[in-house]
Amino acid sequence: MKYGYFPGCSLKGTGRAYEESLLPVLRHLGVELVELEDWNCCGATAYMAVDEGKACALAARNLALAERGGFQQLMAPCSACYLVLNKTQHYLDESPAMRRKVEGALGTVSLKLSRQTPVRHPLDVLLHDVGVEAIRQKVTRPLSGLRVAPYYGCQVVRPYATFDDQANPTSMDQLLKALGAEVVDWPLKTKCCGGSLTGTLPVAGLRLAYLLLKEAKKRGADAIATVCPLCQFNLDAYHDKIAARWEPVRLPTVYFTQLMGLAFGMPAHTLGLQRGFVPLELPAPTAA
Amino acid sequence: MNKEWQPRLVAFFCNWCTYTAADLAGVSRLKYAPNVRVIRVMCSGRVDPQFILDALAKGADGVLVGGCHPGDCHYVEGNYKMLRRYHLLKRMLKDMGIEEQRVRLEWISAAEGHKVRQVVNEMTEQLRALGPLGLPQKFEEWDREVERLAADVHAREAADAAAACAGRTSAEEVTHA
Amino acid sequence: MANGNGNNRTSPERRPRIGFYVCHCGVNIAGTVDCAEVARYVGTLPGVVLSRDYKYMCSDPGQELIQKDIAEYKLERVVVASCSPLLHEHTFRTAVEKGGLNPFFFHMVNIREHNSWVHTDRAEATAKARDLARAAIERVARHKPLETKRVPIKPVTLIVGGGIAGIHAALTLANAGKQVILVEREPTIGGHMAKFDKTFPTLDCAACILTPKMSAVGAHPNIRLLTYSEVVKVDGFVGNYKVTIRRKPRYIDEEKCVGCQDCISACVFKQPKFTDEFNEGLGKRKPVYIPFPQATPQVVAIDSNVCLNFRNGPDGSRVVSDKCKKTCVEACGDRNAIDFTQKERFEEIEVGTIIVATGFQAFDAKRLPAYGYGRYPNVFTALEVERMVNASGPTGGHVVLRDGKTEPKTVGIIHCVGSRDKKTNRWCSRVCCMYSMKLAHLIKEHTHAEVYNFYIDIRTPGKGYEEFYNQLLDEGVHFVRGRVGEVTDWAITPEEEGKLVIRVEDTLAGVVRRIPVDMVVLATGLEPRSDAQEVRRLFNMSCGSEGFFLERHPKLAPVSTFNDGVYIAGACQGPKDIPDTVAQAGAAAAEALSLIDKGYVEQEPNTAFVLEDECSGCKSCIPLCPYSAIQFDDARGKAVINEALCKGCGTCVGSCPSGSIVQNLFDDEEIFSEIEGVLAYE
Repeated sequence: MKYGYFPGCSLKGTGRAYEESLLPVLRHLGVELVELEDWNCCGATAYMAVDEGKACALAARNLALAERGGFQQLMAPCSACYLVLNKTQHYLDESPAMRRKVEGALGTVSLKLSRQTPVRHPLDVLLHDVGVEAIRQKVTRPLSGLRVAPYYGCQVVRPYATFDDQANPTSMDQLLKALGAEVVDWPLKTKCCGGSLTGTLPVAGLRLAYLLLKEAKKRGADAIATVCPLCQFNLDAYHDKIAARWEPVRLPTVYFTQLMGLAFGMPAHTLGLQRGFVPLELPAPTAA
Repeated sequence: MNKEWQPRLVAFFCNWCTYTAADLAGVSRLKYAPNVRVIRVMCSGRVDPQFILDALAKGADGVLVGGCHPGDCHYVEGNYKMLRRYHLLKRMLKDMGIEEQRVRLEWISAAEGHKVRQVVNEMTEQLRALGPLGLPQKFEEWDREVERLAADVHAREAADAAAACAGRTSAEEVTHA
Repeated sequence: MANGNGNNRTSPERRPRIGFYVCHCGVNIAGTVDCAEVARYVGTLPGVVLSRDYKYMCSDPGQELIQKDIAEYKLERVVVASCSPLLHEHTFRTAVEKGGLNPFFFHMVNIREHNSWVHTDRAEATAKARDLARAAIERVARHKPLETKRVPIKPVTLIVGGGIAGIHAALTLANAGKQVILVEREPTIGGHMAKFDKTFPTLDCAACILTPKMSAVGAHPNIRLLTYSEVVKVDGFVGNYKVTIRRKPRYIDEEKCVGCQDCISACVFKQPKFTDEFNEGLGKRKPVYIPFPQATPQVVAIDSNVCLNFRNGPDGSRVVSDKCKKTCVEACGDRNAIDFTQKERFEEIEVGTIIVATGFQAFDAKRLPAYGYGRYPNVFTALEVERMVNASGPTGGHVVLRDGKTEPKTVGIIHCVGSRDKKTNRWCSRVCCMYSMKLAHLIKEHTHAEVYNFYIDIRTPGKGYEEFYNQLLDEGVHFVRGRVGEVTDWAITPEEEGKLVIRVEDTLAGVVRRIPVDMVVLATGLEPRSDAQEVRRLFNMSCGSEGFFLERHPKLAPVSTFNDGVYIAGACQGPKDIPDTVAQAGAAAAEALSLIDKGYVEQEPNTAFVLEDECSGCKSCIPLCPYSAIQFDDARGKAVINEALCKGCGTCVGSCPSGSIVQNLFDDEEIFSEIEGVLAYE
């Protein structure tokens, strides 16, 4: 299995731990990722609202690069990249005018979009291409006793529910169960983490993060597992501010790939786990 | 009507599904290309390949046959019979140099008014892109060509005969000499 | 370009005198087509001695005009350009016949559905009308006089589905002295209505009005009731259908069972422990059961899937194991009604007309995970609550939470679940607003709970419906306008702890609200039954894009289908409430009755025949006919078509290599002339 890999800015910056865990885990499962050469910003900023055409062209350049690189599929681990690249494809499909415009722009740098390159999320690939069973077989150190609340965030299932249900996704639940973890069922799986507001309306943004952490804790979670670098950062970085304003709700938020790495027996520091603000503590292994 | 060339599309619609679908398109006020002329038959199975050839020969640029979906034929399986003939006819048309898109068979149920619109519009555009088939004009052209050829042949024969006659005379002259 | 391009018009020796009429249909046609120009143009065509445009050809004066003209202008053929022949061909044929001509000396041009309604450019639409009219003129000149054929109608009606629609239609026909065979898939008739407690807006008890009709069906000498049976095959045509019915084994001799239910008490299962379908899974039943007390027929059934006297056979089907003590058989005693040897049987019946009344299925609430059905125990479907408020239901008429004892203090009813939604079904299910309000009233009456209705629009277009809505407002039921976003057990405030929280944008107040409730009721919409497509095929009907059976005309033939002699009634045609269902059932019965009382159907004389002199005896037509109407006459070496069996599809005509089969009304000459007609424009 070979996929083009679009890391996006987060996985090279604040979300470095995501990349550090994603790459070894996928390699371990026989999935080959080849990073796109000369990739650029996906456009998941205010750009779309300012100039749709340019925003689309920006994102489409990455799709064209994938096509030029001969990749049949493109993996975008960051939820924002995943959404924007998918959205761009929808725009191009639905609006011939937009397609002409974007193709024109790409043409000036000798790039073209002649086919659809499906943009996939690692969760989708792991569940549907690799399969839960193959993952279960690689588990050497089951996460027994670890109670994990799966958190999907807003962008992987909305608005395009391509691989899971929009209101109640369950793909990560299945994955975590295969790792031996105990899954905490909670209704906030796809609620907003507040990430888009912490910069502009900090109190509103923090409150959303606070409510999420509080509910996960209340339901007995030891950790939150996330698929998105923005969610991870937002739920992990503001504990002091949350404690100052409301109450302490300290709870580690980790990438699902980090949990997979742990279950596969990889050392924590090779998975970027040392980068989190709230450290993940594993329950003492029970005598098997 | 504007003077520029317009494709002519003749359609044979079965009474039960496709004709009714076209009625539904009307009742729903769906708008589609005015280039189609519908001829009603009871079943697509009634469509004799000669109808299709005749329509093309008389100036249609394309022919559409509409029947019920497989399994839905009002007469059990008339649409399958049409399907068989259609495949044979397509081969023949290919050999005759008639583009594939000019003849099309579509299953359109009584509820699919939108499909009538879609198929008629699609075909009209395809025919527009292909340009006129113009068989009647071609027939005339061919007729003229045949006449020309015949005239040529006639002229040549006459010339040959004349030459032969002259040759004989000269030969006779030689022998006489 | 008028170069004639080889128009070798094959005119008949003498052109008959043709009259042409183009209808304005008010502005329906005249708005897009220049009717006067069409009339002028057609007037110039050979053979046309009269060409008129007229406001409404289908009106009485329009028809009289034709009759008068036939006499005055000695017309021999008539062409009318107006709407679809499927609508008015019969009207004009009758007019032509009254004028003294053979009714088939007529042809109709569709310039409304196929022209003025689908095109916008006046010049192009007018040109198209001219072409179609010219084709008809060419065609009609070649029409031959024909006679319609009369086929007797078998005076028996098959009704498929024993809900209120089927019941009402059956009784209407039976009371008129006609024979009816009513087929129902379940062990009892009654359908969805039998599950309801009260009916809106009058709140009269559903059982009180339905069960007398059910018993009447069971007792009626003119009705043969086949429950636990399904139609598997339909052959033939209007007037003479051959229908095969599969009779599933209920392991009870219906003739011998008296409905005493002694076997049920005697069953080795002392307690009911299997899912009770009739009670929407809220209750339990035994392997031997009667769905509900007033079931018709009053005959028990044995569910072989759970009965101990059966085991899995090698092919997965259930076979008798004889392992049970069979206390039921003991209890039945001399009556001997229990018969474990029963096998599936197939029965063939002959009927003249069919009424399909197969009903609907409720939308599966699990398809909308945001509302938590199946995840949160106290989210119920409306049908579950219907059963709970019913005194003979699984809770004895108590509305309680899933624990079986706690009464809810607050209840939220969510409207439009699986209706008016791009993601599920786009249509309005028509009954949910009203039944939600009925349930609101009943829940309040039973539990005194606070009841909230969450609606997008309240739709109450029925007699007494709006008044019922006002009554509920007076009763203090809350109405919140807004489509509910989700149902969650995520409590933010202490009051929300342990409750289900309904999150909704209150579009009247302009705020997002969180309303904690004990019980959520989902007003699930109506959708076509999952096997509607198979049923449609069986009866040769059509389905609309949403999957409900398609009526022949939405306004003028609402219970007819495109298959003559097959009618539809009730929610299988589209969501509707009980009054509308009953009205439709009556209409379907009346349609069947009018056919039966007429005694015969007139068949289009579009049958095929063989030109004996030209038939080469190749036999290629014989296997093509699905009705075995073509025989081979060995003595003469020719194919012969049995006109009585021919249905007029024309498939053999299109296939005959020697062109020796002719279809009346659609003969080659007629169609070729039509082709030439539509193409001869320049």
